[in-house]
Amino acid sequence: MIATRAVGTPLDRIDGPLKVTGAAKYAYEYPVEKPAYVHIVQSTIGKGRIASIDASEAQAQPGVVAVITHENAPRTEISAEDGDLRILQSDAVAYHGQIVAAVVAETLEIAQHAAGFISIRYEEQPHDVDLRVDRPDLHRPEKVNAGFATDTRQGDFEEAFRTAPIRHDATYTTPYYHNNPLEPHATVATWTDDGVTLYDANQGPHTIRETVATAFGLPETSVRVISPYVGGGFGSKAFAHSHIILAVMAAKMTRRPVKVGLTRHQMFSLVGYRTPTIQRIRLAAGADGKLTAIAHDVVELTSTVEEYAEQTAVATRMMYAGENRATTHRLAVLDVPTPTIFRAPGETPGMYALESAMDEMAIACGLDPVEFRIRNEPEVDPETKHPFSSRNLVACLREGARRFGWEGRNPTPRARRDGNWLIGTGVAASTYPTRRRPSDAAIRADADGTYEVLIDASDIGTGTWTALTQIAADALGVPVERVRLRIGDSALPKAPGAGGSMGIVSWGSAIVDAAHKLRAALAARHGGVVPADGLEIRGETDDNPELKQHYSAHAFGAQFAEVRVDADTGEVRVPRLLGVFAVGRMMNPKTGRSQLIGGMTMGISMALHEETVMDARYAHFANHDLAEYHIATNADTKHVEAYWVDEDDPQVNPMGAKGIGEIGMTGTAAAIANAVHHATGIRVRDLPITLDKLLTRGP
Amino acid sequence: MTPFRYERAPDAGTAVATLAAAPRAAFLGGGTNLVDLMKLGVATPELLVDVARLPYGTIDVLADGSVRIGAAVKNSVLAADRTIRTRYPVLSQALLSGASGQLRNLATTGGNLLQRTRCVYFQDVTKPCNKRRPGSGCPARDGYHRNLAILGASDACVATHPSDMAVAMAALDAIVRVQGPRGDRAIPLVEFHRLPGEEPQRDTVLEHGELITAVDLPPLPFAARSRYRKVRDRASYAFALVSVAAALDVEGGRVRDVRIALGGVAHKPWRAMRAEAALRGATADEETFRRAIDAELESARPLRENAFKVPLARNAVVRTLLELAGAPR
Repeated sequence: MIATRAVGTPLDRIDGPLKVTGAAKYAYEYPVEKPAYVHIVQSTIGKGRIASIDASEAQAQPGVVAVITHENAPRTEISAEDGDLRILQSDAVAYHGQIVAAVVAETLEIAQHAAGFISIRYEEQPHDVDLRVDRPDLHRPEKVNAGFATDTRQGDFEEAFRTAPIRHDATYTTPYYHNNPLEPHATVATWTDDGVTLYDANQGPHTIRETVATAFGLPETSVRVISPYVGGGFGSKAFAHSHIILAVMAAKMTRRPVKVGLTRHQMFSLVGYRTPTIQRIRLAAGADGKLTAIAHDVVELTSTVEEYAEQTAVATRMMYAGENRATTHRLAVLDVPTPTIFRAPGETPGMYALESAMDEMAIACGLDPVEFRIRNEPEVDPETKHPFSSRNLVACLREGARRFGWEGRNPTPRARRDGNWLIGTGVAASTYPTRRRPSDAAIRADADGTYEVLIDASDIGTGTWTALTQIAADALGVPVERVRLRIGDSALPKAPGAGGSMGIVSWGSAIVDAAHKLRAALAARHGGVVPADGLEIRGETDDNPELKQHYSAHAFGAQFAEVRVDADTGEVRVPRLLGVFAVGRMMNPKTGRSQLIGGMTMGISMALHEETVMDARYAHFANHDLAEYHIATNADTKHVEAYWVDEDDPQVNPMGAKGIGEIGMTGTAAAIANAVHHATGIRVRDLPITLDKLLTRGP
Repeated sequence: MTPFRYERAPDAGTAVATLAAAPRAAFLGGGTNLVDLMKLGVATPELLVDVARLPYGTIDVLADGSVRIGAAVKNSVLAADRTIRTRYPVLSQALLSGASGQLRNLATTGGNLLQRTRCVYFQDVTKPCNKRRPGSGCPARDGYHRNLAILGASDACVATHPSDMAVAMAALDAIVRVQGPRGDRAIPLVEFHRLPGEEPQRDTVLEHGELITAVDLPPLPFAARSRYRKVRDRASYAFALVSVAAALDVEGGRVRDVRIALGGVAHKPWRAMRAEAALRGATADEETFRRAIDAELESARPLRENAFKVPLARNAVVRTLLELAGAPR
């Protein structure tokens, strides 16, 4: 592992001053010469075909450069795996909100106005958006997201469950969620004889480059994607969505730089969302409170154009001990937009269900929920039997309980009251896998004693600019002031996107390798002195096959929530949320803490607010703006505290770091739901916990 | 967005005359709702007549003790006004519970009264809506209506009026002063907004070209003890599921006078006249409060998803009155 000096210090964000002064440019802001503006026309039916489309009147409007429809759009070469990107290639409509036309004009206003003159006649077919567990046509995907097995089974679950003295069997549901990063998706595209350049809001320029090059039959070297600053993504900017294809089409057709900026409304149809889930959890335990059987069966959805299978039950495979286990994932294939990854895909909805069920089971066993979890701590990964590279869930539970003041909690629901407020507390565990992806990096040493670090890493608001500078400085053995980072550009050495909490650990590992090679080269060939014309060395990392082969590697955490529920109105407030995490070594406690409390805040939002409502009559989301799709406001987030325990894990990467981008959001909703039950005696198994559910349901 | 012309009115007379001559023109105040609706294609005026700079930006105490609020007074200025905060705290509280600081700095008193429902179908031009396109149907009645009306709705429309300010003004017997092509008139606020009936496209009784110039609050000394309670899906920046504006005058354990208006339950701010009548002269206790609001809510006709508003409104009213009465529970 690297010797640390900068790593572990709360360095201020390097990009902070640029952002607060507006100097940091975001995709849509890039100046290009004489840009044309694109307005997207979306389908208003859930399924069918375009019987006819007449764009002549729109095309004739002054200032209109082009109208793009399936009749004149450039052909693209896109595989079925990216089926959602096959826009404007046929007359088929697969979901409400699909791109069916676009107007390119001198101004955005002209484009919007002209779009009103496009006449589309649809041949409508009955659509199906009905997500139910009793559908006869549920589909078993070959694998689920991130390459996990669809189903797993150890021991004999049915027999163990049937014969156990204490059993719990309940179904938990989560609704549609939309990622909604602050910066709407945007692409500025130019197409010249030299190739395609995109200024784009994404989580990985190399990922976007590959997709665009394939789609338009271009060599990857002819496509450049530039994205140094990105205003959030939460998964919705990890992969190319159809507006990027449209932007390149428009640039190709008009041979002018074009700007595409999605509206908030369009984001609800065009850039993915988290699938709703229906999750049945069955737990069985002996009289000693030790789990003997664990099953987690998930029904969720995907679209007809592309398969996305959220790995909802994956965390259940290793969280707790128990000889007999089973997990399944099934998909309803519906006439909906394609779901995508959303902060901690799998773990976020899955841990809500599992950790709610663990609370219910602790009560059934007559045990404190902290003690119940400790009692079911596995010695090795219960599925693979591999040792954990490090596992400090118990330490997090104990430290969290100490800091929160959990001891002496009266387990009786509805026992604490302050005036009209019913008060409750709840706990849940958090987890997220620790993995790494292959990455390249380069470092250039200059004779003036400075170093330039080159890597196509992404900072979507997470602190990458800062943490990678710290890692590079320590690996080079120089102060951070002598390190200049360049990221967010596909012309830089290839790197994976920001996703799966693998960014810092993958990019950092490649940078450490480059730094070590640079120092070695300087020592061996240049007598330890940087030559006058500088020296550039490349480094790389693999995906840590050793770790995958021999260990089970995960980050863990424990979250404690206090809630107050108004006895008259059912309003829920969360005055305190406290998390303790075991995430290896913290690279930057300032940006790292921000990551954790950010995730926890999104967990509050998930518990109490977020829900997109599908109007089945139209196959369209009824609420599709931030006035009607509620996220937690500042007033909803009072004291959110994040701490971490010391954890030394030499197996994971040279920095000893585990990813922290997503774990903060896992388990949070369960901690709050468990606290709501403690406060009111009402168990809400269908998120969000809105006041009507507490007002109209009995304990 | 449909192209439109923009004019700044030099005076109210010109503004009214301009609108009267242009059937597809609209007044522009702070624009916090109208401009959004134009972007959505819901509102398609051909001409905007900006009235925000007309000389209606002051709050004055009149000779009879009334307070006159100019139509162009910003919501944030009105909420912070000392006279309002001391004589009509319910109004200040209602304003501060609405929207966000940025929106309150722009939104005007007149415009706030005229804001339109936030029913999702009204705001989505790809859907039918009788309020937006008369005769096209109401998808809300059998669709997403969790936050729509339980009182006074019709088959044609189940929308709610979104304003908090107007609910407080309804409780305070406010008078809306209007200048129009056929002269001036004064409309009691409780009669200013309409129930939807067969014409849900008409939110208010205003005729085209009529301009709100002021809102008058008559003297109501016991309103110094008044309160606005807003219940919503999050702690800030959300429309009311149910809100209560109330003022209570108790003497010797009996209700001498009372004002109650409800928000989030109907196409207009709902003045709870039946509850008020039941309370005047009655004992000021929880049981009486509960019976009074139950009488009001007898006419509630909740939809599939918003039945919770009935107990919510009942509980919120009882609690607010108890707090105003200073009574222990």
